[in-house]
Amino acid sequence: MQPAPSVIIFSTLSGAGFGLLFFLGLGLPVVTGGIAFGFYLIAYVLAVGGLLASVFHLKNPKNAWLSYSQWRTSWLSREGWAAVLALLVMGVFALFQVFFGVTLAPLGWLGAALSLTTVFTTAMIYTQLRTVPRWNQPATPVVFLTASLAGGALLSNNPMLAVILLILLGAAVLFHWWKGDRRFAEAGSTIGTATQLRGRVSLWEKPHTGENYLTREMVFRVARKHAVKLRVIALVLMTPVPVALILLFGAHHLPVALAVLSYVAGVFAQRWLFFAEAEHVVGLYYGAHTGRQVA
Amino acid sequence: MNQPVLDLSPQVSDEIRKTTCYMCACRCGIDVHIKDGKVAYIQGNRDHPVNRGVLCAKGSAGIMQHNAPSRLRAPMKRTGPRGSGQFEEIGWDEAYAIAEGWLRPIRETAPEKLAFFTGRDQSQSFTSWWAQAFGTPNYAAHGGFCSVNMAAGGIYTMGGAFWEFGQPDWDRTRLFILFGVAEDHDSNPIKMGLGKIKKNGARVVGVNPVRSGYNAIADDWFGITPGTDGLLILSLVHCLMKAGKIDLEYLRDFTDAPVLIDADPASPKHGLALLDDDGHKLVWDRTEKRARCYDAPDVNPDLAGVWVVDGIRHRTVFQHMAEKYLSPEYAPEAVAARTGIAAPRIRALAAEIARVAFDEAIELPIPWTDFRGRRHETMKGRPVAMHAMRGISAHANGFQTCRALHLLQIIIGSVETPGGFRFKPPYPKPATAHPKPHRRHAPNAPLDGPHLGFVHGPEDLALRDDGTPARIDKAFTWENPMSAHGMMHMVISNAHAGDPYRIDTLFMYMANMAWNSSMNTSGTMAMLSDTDENGDYVIPHIIYSDAYSSEMVAYADLILPDTTYLERHDCISLLDRPICEAEAAADAIRWPVVEPDRNVRGFQSALIDLGARLGLPGFVNDDGSQKFADYADYMVRHERRPGIGPLMGWRGNGEETGRGAPNPQQLDRYIDNGGFCVAHIPEAAQFYKPWNMAYQEWAVEIGLFDKASPYLFTLWCEPLRRFQLAAEGHGSIQPPDHLRDRIRATMDPLPIWYPPGGAEDGEYTVHALTQRPMAMYHSWGGQNAWLRQIHGHNPMYLPTDLWERHGFAQGDWARIASPHGNITVPVAHMPALNGNTIWTWNAIGKRRGAWGLHDNAPESNEGFLLNHLIHELMPPRGDGMRWSNSDPITGQAAWFDLKVKVERVVAPADRVTRPDTGAQASPVGKGPDELAWVVK
Amino acid sequence: MTALPEATTKKLGLVIDLDTCVGCHACVIACKGWNTQNYGVPLSDQDPYGQASGTFLNRIHSYQVQPATGAAQTTHFPKSCLHCEDAPCVTVCPTGASYKRAEDGIVLVNEDACMGCGLCAWACPYGAREVDEAAGVMKKCTLCVDRIYNETLPEIDRQPACVRTCPAGARHFGDLGDPDSDVSRLVADRGGLDLMPEQGTKPVNQYLPPRPRDTLDDVPEDVLAPFLAPVDETPQGFLGWLDRALEKL
Ligand SMILES: Nc1nc2c(c(=O)[nH]1)N[C@H]1C(S)=C(S)[C@@H](COP(=O)(O)OP(=O)(O)OC[C@H]3O[C@@H](n4cnc5c(=O)[nH]c(N)nc54)[C@H](O)[C@@H]3O)O[C@H]1N2
Ligand SMILES: Nc1nc2c(c(=O)[nH]1)N[C@H]1C(S)=C(S)[C@@H](COP(=O)(O)OP(=O)(O)OC[C@H]3O[C@@H](n4cnc5c(=O)[nH]c(N)nc54)[C@H](O)[C@@H]3O)O[C@H]1N2
Ligand code: SF4
Ligand code: SF4
Ligand code: SF4
Ligand code: SF4
Ligand code: SF4
Ligand SMILES: [Mo]
Repeated sequence: MQPAPSVIIFSTLSGAGFGLLFFLGLGLPVVTGGIAFGFYLIAYVLAVGGLLASVFHLKNPKNAWLSYSQWRTSWLSREGWAAVLALLVMGVFALFQVFFGVTLAPLGWLGAALSLTTVFTTAMIYTQLRTVPRWNQPATPVVFLTASLAGGALLSNNPMLAVILLILLGAAVLFHWWKGDRRFAEAGSTIGTATQLRGRVSLWEKPHTGENYLTREMVFRVARKHAVKLRVIALVLMTPVPVALILLFGAHHLPVALAVLSYVAGVFAQRWLFFAEAEHVVGLYYGAHTGRQVA
Repeated sequence: MNQPVLDLSPQVSDEIRKTTCYMCACRCGIDVHIKDGKVAYIQGNRDHPVNRGVLCAKGSAGIMQHNAPSRLRAPMKRTGPRGSGQFEEIGWDEAYAIAEGWLRPIRETAPEKLAFFTGRDQSQSFTSWWAQAFGTPNYAAHGGFCSVNMAAGGIYTMGGAFWEFGQPDWDRTRLFILFGVAEDHDSNPIKMGLGKIKKNGARVVGVNPVRSGYNAIADDWFGITPGTDGLLILSLVHCLMKAGKIDLEYLRDFTDAPVLIDADPASPKHGLALLDDDGHKLVWDRTEKRARCYDAPDVNPDLAGVWVVDGIRHRTVFQHMAEKYLSPEYAPEAVAARTGIAAPRIRALAAEIARVAFDEAIELPIPWTDFRGRRHETMKGRPVAMHAMRGISAHANGFQTCRALHLLQIIIGSVETPGGFRFKPPYPKPATAHPKPHRRHAPNAPLDGPHLGFVHGPEDLALRDDGTPARIDKAFTWENPMSAHGMMHMVISNAHAGDPYRIDTLFMYMANMAWNSSMNTSGTMAMLSDTDENGDYVIPHIIYSDAYSSEMVAYADLILPDTTYLERHDCISLLDRPICEAEAAADAIRWPVVEPDRNVRGFQSALIDLGARLGLPGFVNDDGSQKFADYADYMVRHERRPGIGPLMGWRGNGEETGRGAPNPQQLDRYIDNGGFCVAHIPEAAQFYKPWNMAYQEWAVEIGLFDKASPYLFTLWCEPLRRFQLAAEGHGSIQPPDHLRDRIRATMDPLPIWYPPGGAEDGEYTVHALTQRPMAMYHSWGGQNAWLRQIHGHNPMYLPTDLWERHGFAQGDWARIASPHGNITVPVAHMPALNGNTIWTWNAIGKRRGAWGLHDNAPESNEGFLLNHLIHELMPPRGDGMRWSNSDPITGQAAWFDLKVKVERVVAPADRVTRPDTGAQASPVGKGPDELAWVVK
Repeated sequence: MTALPEATTKKLGLVIDLDTCVGCHACVIACKGWNTQNYGVPLSDQDPYGQASGTFLNRIHSYQVQPATGAAQTTHFPKSCLHCEDAPCVTVCPTGASYKRAEDGIVLVNEDACMGCGLCAWACPYGAREVDEAAGVMKKCTLCVDRIYNETLPEIDRQPACVRTCPAGARHFGDLGDPDSDVSRLVADRGGLDLMPEQGTKPVNQYLPPRPRDTLDDVPEDVLAPFLAPVDETPQGFLGWLDRALEKL
């Protein structure tokens, strides 16, 4: 799939933002006043900024408001609702913490649940797609959730939790890659099932000699060599580097800030790969993935 | 939200105007939907005899042709050097004055100094009439480089050809064999026919080095080695004759198989038919045991007859055939290696032909009477149909191969019989019923007759009194005696070389001769812009009519801009290339369904204006005033013979078809009828047409000819034999010595095979071909915003063996070299391809700046032409002669004889194909950056 | 509306005959022409006279097939929306723009509600949806819903533009929910197939596979031989046969 920057930014930043809101909602830590304001500012900038970034992905944003209408069936619609509810609930919760020093714990728990739900719904947008077998696996929401939680833990200054979650994140991403590399074959779509032709099938001519929306959007291919290198970078930046920073230097501002940066960079790389490595079955019609066919 | 309420019955348009498509030569009927006075949508006309409502990609994309930014806007005068594309727009008066200034002196002194050649338009009966009136011998249309082998091979053999002049009996055939066709002129009818055959469960066999398109859906594919079809076909003939699986009755009654041929090598008439005193061919009568005229009512011809008269032995054509084709040189085993088809497969195909022709024979309960006056209670059919086109004809052995194919059809009795191949009016019409070529010219006088025609012996050649070629293209000379369509591909080359003489003005219409329709494209561009020692162009004046900003436009001095096909009158006439069906005569018109919004004029109308200015006979009244207001006026009022005009429908008082006085309401009647006219052939006249008196009488009635003219199919082609006789030293008109051997070897009166393309060249061993893409028409499709997305560039396709041998991988490039030059192009792998053949799509590459395209157009970067490798001349043989790359009999351009070598190279850093032919300025600007064409 | 209807009254769709399609792209352009002028926004083209890339609702792919034995084959393969019964493109749509019509099963995009997020295109396994770059809304095959019921058209023309134009007759339109319809019979006779059945989309459109190729090679020699048994091995013998055969005529 085409790794669209807006979607990568959105999912990384808003994931971290909602992770931070999750911890704040749970009262880990309980913050009030100016400090709370700082925390919430960061959380909202990340979450809302991410959401706005995703609006860039829309080709016809004037109808975006209609996306709230299909929550019964559509994960994207649910994500919209969850995000708005989470931001609203957490907004009220934050208001009380910042301006009145009051912590309405149950409201926080609700907000925390909604924040995680938001991340989950985001993940489900991808997970639900049978057309992209690499995404269509239970590990996808796990990766999104652990990434969000690990980011939230880092940002909310929960170093030990962060260390554990970052390690979990690394494990989840590793598993997602390992499983992902097998998913296309497991899903069983081949150029044979796509065309229902018998024998060894390959593409002779594309329908049009130039590119089209589909080939640009869904038949993006990343060089294998490139992918391996990026995986190493992503993993190292996402887990060992922040974990080491925290374990070596403790929960001080600078190492945590560095850890956050490393984490964000790692997750960016992971998200870039999440798209770039994702093979859409439509690629089969364009002669992609034919190496996998059994003659 | 509820399911939205849709308007399920929107009004499609304000009005439908029915005219004829022009995106190719197939001429389908179209419904042009007009909204707010503009063209909104084009669909097929359901009532139209050609396409019955269907439309191909090009036809549906006509709207993008019509609104193309490349359309010329006004007459233009060249301002920069030839090839630069720099022009100044002028008015029509000035344009006519310039043309007149060049043409009048020519006509007054040496009319042959005008060479007027036209492309694939359908007004050849008109353009040739103009050229005849002008008086130049130098006129032809594009047939010589297109498929004259097919036309001439068919007409000389059986009085009709494939091309679009005949068609398989799609409804009844059980076995259809398609030789060397990618698309053809009858584009939609062939597709519709294939669909029918598939639906009926009949078998389609494709003989073609490439398995794409029609060949992809063929049930069986014979991936033949290019240029060897003749061998394959004669091997099938061998198998069928040997097994006696031939239609003796048909051969006896309807062909020259029983005709007696002088078989004495010492005789001056050796190889010619024995004639009675009236010039009728004689056959041996089995019953009466004497020689008799072939068409005697009670004659019983003997296929094995022999007769010795005056000591000279005469044997039948059939005996000559048996002798030739039963020979082991045509056994499947003997031809397998050369053709690339294994012997068992050849035999399997022969057996299948035999099975279907004889075990699945059909009989229609339709009584008919033949030319001998014999009544037949039924019409017998052999449901094996064949069709072929340029894969066979565009080789230097194509004429004989076409004849071989017709021989195959004829020996199984499947021509003009149910289930086989059927002619469309005005065919059947044998070579003897066609005019001969004319070439006698004088200042200020019309030519002595039509330029093109069919020669029957040396005396018909277009030679000047000193024996040198009369025509600039050297058609009808000893080099290519039977060049029935002229040789357009030699015009520029000969004019540049001054061989046989220099010309003054080259006038061309609708042929992109600076690009895809020329062999040796880069060379041709150089010849067009070459100057002499004084700095003057070697070809002094070039006038060209195009509708779009093509490559050729840039090489002309004066441009006469044509309209698009929706903006003018055109006439698809029985005098020319009509739209008949096997079951009906039909013709059609185009008419301006929208008016042009530019200062352009239909080319035919422009010719009428020019003709009148020059005072050409037929174009002016007695008082010297212009005779026809425009082409529409000509279409209605012109008469070729009294009562016979360009259009057959609604003549006289409006009730007469075929013959009748001009009717001023005629065009309105055509428009009311959807743009065409159909005259059905009576049921009893629909088969056996050359011999069927009901057909002959019907044809006379509607004016196809003036008296019934039945004839025999001529398996033995006497004109060929006459040239051979001359080459053997007989007669007073003698060929030059250097051509004798070739004439003797190639002009065999019975179909033969010889290797095309002269000597084998050790280094260049791989065959290289082009194919027509179905969704692209030559070079003009490239300006069409919708079509060019389908074929924006063209890789060279390589078969598995070559691919692997050279270690090619996806995305690689190759240098392809011929003895004449090389090209560097992207390659791609195609397994369903003859193992020693490479190919690419035809005419995709474009010169930078042409067609209103932007410089990033893939056509000018990754696209390419194969033509750079194909030379119009054979490699020099050291004899000082210029040997043209053409069939030695007909002059057909031998596009597909190209042999190359392939070499893997690193892709050029700019990923632009080579050679680079430079750029031309666009006199019409460039197209817009976005398109969303909707007429509200 | 992104819930799929429980069941649709009809299942209108196309049957595409891969045995007959010659790959002429006529259906592609007829579709482009009709849908540029009709339903919704026009199908636009970007850089149409340069490196053109435009919106098409129907495209022809071409495949080469190398069977286990015998010559390689080529198959032309038209593809547009398959109007799936379990259309994932519909259920993913957040705005309700994508829907499947209850009365005939046609899957459509209500362009007035589409926000151009592209998710439905991601959800479609077949590449049947394309965002129009000029208008920013999702385009897809409408099964020519504005033709097939169009009372301003003659009855015979109430069929999709691509079907009407297909010169080879490789495209058929009808109700695949009615087992007695022409299209259902055709599918039954010719063994029509679902594309990518493993995706669980239950496509309505059906593909008729190419008939077996190059079967002439498989006819046993002893079946063929009698058709080609020589009348005689010698030329004299051939003339003798000829004489006898002519006598019988
Ligand atoms: N390598 C290779 N070369 C080939 C062939 C091949 O198979 N392989 N085939 C050969 C054959 S058979 C042919 S017929 C030729 C075809 O070659 P051309 O006859 O050159 O074909 P086009 O490219 O169609 O060019 C015709 C010109 O007519 C112009 N035109 C289009 N419409 C109109 C109109 O309405 N009025 C006027 N006045 N002009 C118009 C176009 O703009 C174009 O410039 O190519 C030959 N060249
Ligand atoms: N869409 C479209 N239709 C067209 C045209 C167009 O440009 N586009 N052009 C029109 C014109 S001018 C013409 S002349 C006709 C030509 O129509 P076709 O005769 O179909 O012309 P080509 O595409 O040149 O196809 C030649 C075919 O012969 C095959 N071939 C080459 N050499 C051999 C051989 O030795 N033996 C056999 N058996 N096959 C061989 C090639 O692989 C190819 O499939 O098409 C007309 N129709
Ligand atoms: S075959 Fe196509 S381009 Fe040719 S006349 Fe018919 S519709 Fe037009
Ligand atoms: S083919 Fe694709 S767009 Fe059409 S209904 Fe099925 S999933 Fe949806
Ligand atoms: S692109 Fe339009 S139709 Fe598709 S999912 Fe998004 S809003 Fe729905
Ligand atoms: S049914 Fe209509 S919209 Fe669908 S592919 Fe055919 S022409 Fe296009
Ligand atoms: S129009 Fe018919 S034959 Fe042509 S590509 Fe489409 S389905 Fe195939
Ligand atoms: Mo041609």
